[in-house]
Amino acid sequence: MQKEFLTITLADDDEDDRLFFQDAFEELKINTNVTTCNDGVELMEYLSNPDTILPNILFLDLNMPRKNGFECLLEIKKESRFDNIAIAIYSTSSSEEDIENTFVHGANIYIKKPSDFATLKKVLSEVVTLNWQYHTSGLNKENFLLRL
Amino acid sequence: MKTFIKFDINIVTKKLLEDLLKPFDLKFRVLGFGEIEFLENVSEEKINQITAVLNEYGIEIIENQKSILVQKIKDVITEMVNSDEPIAVKSSVFLADKLNHSYGYLSNLFSEVTYTSIENYIIIQKIEVAKNLIINNQLTLTEIAFKLNYSSVAHLSTQFKNITGITPSAFQRIVKKRREISIKTL
Repeated sequence: MQKEFLTITLADDDEDDRLFFQDAFEELKINTNVTTCNDGVELMEYLSNPDTILPNILFLDLNMPRKNGFECLLEIKKESRFDNIAIAIYSTSSSEEDIENTFVHGANIYIKKPSDFATLKKVLSEVVTLNWQYHTSGLNKENFLLRL
Repeated sequence: MKTFIKFDINIVTKKLLEDLLKPFDLKFRVLGFGEIEFLENVSEEKINQITAVLNEYGIEIIENQKSILVQKIKDVITEMVNSDEPIAVKSSVFLADKLNHSYGYLSNLFSEVTYTSIENYIIIQKIEVAKNLIINNQLTLTEIAFKLNYSSVAHLSTQFKNITGITPSAFQRIVKKRREISIKTL
């Protein structure tokens, strides 16, 4: 169990956000393996590649060029092959409507992008720890909803 | 068409294990949740075959002693949270008695392996039960709070919100809308 790790993918068009994100994960005590994509089109290509090891958690920025996070969410939810991926929306928007709408369409987690690194680390640590319990204790992922 | 089902995980696992092990022609007993006793010696070759069969169903044989104890703690917690009768003693006392170790030892071991505390894990499990009860739609929030031993609905709602970030009623609304969408797309 100790050598297990969580596989994480992030799709975000902002380079700084991607770097922060990767740094934050390096400092967590749960082992993770992080891959990043620069936008929705790249993400969908990455996920469709049969050689890709599908992530345990996928972090999706809502605002991305070419294909936005919400479009990706809808496409991912249509394919049963992606059923085991927990989807975390990672966005600057905190409109109640946006939040509920992403949950209704199958997102598991909604994170409002924190403005500082310490909060980001704390938030990601919470997500990963809770997800770890789902991953290792056979909890029902369908009911997994979390808002931070 | 789509139907919703409800099941007793203890019965499901017991029956599944019995069915899967039957072809191996060994004497065994399934002891409650997550424990099998073989009443004869099992060759390594057979163990490997059993491991392969069980893996297909996402069932793992645990070998590491620490992991076994952590799994036992989780099983006792599942039993506590799902019990129909409220448990009279504090959960720390209940766990220590049941597993024959000091609570301090169990607590440290649990945090080391699972990255969360026993207390927090119990809350997560209780909220999971609450979610399932909300989804089944048979009990009101007041009844759910009572069943899970909360002092009031407010207490349940606060803890639900702390763990999930959303209120029980928002959860209920989201689940309902999800169903409407999945019914429409069929």
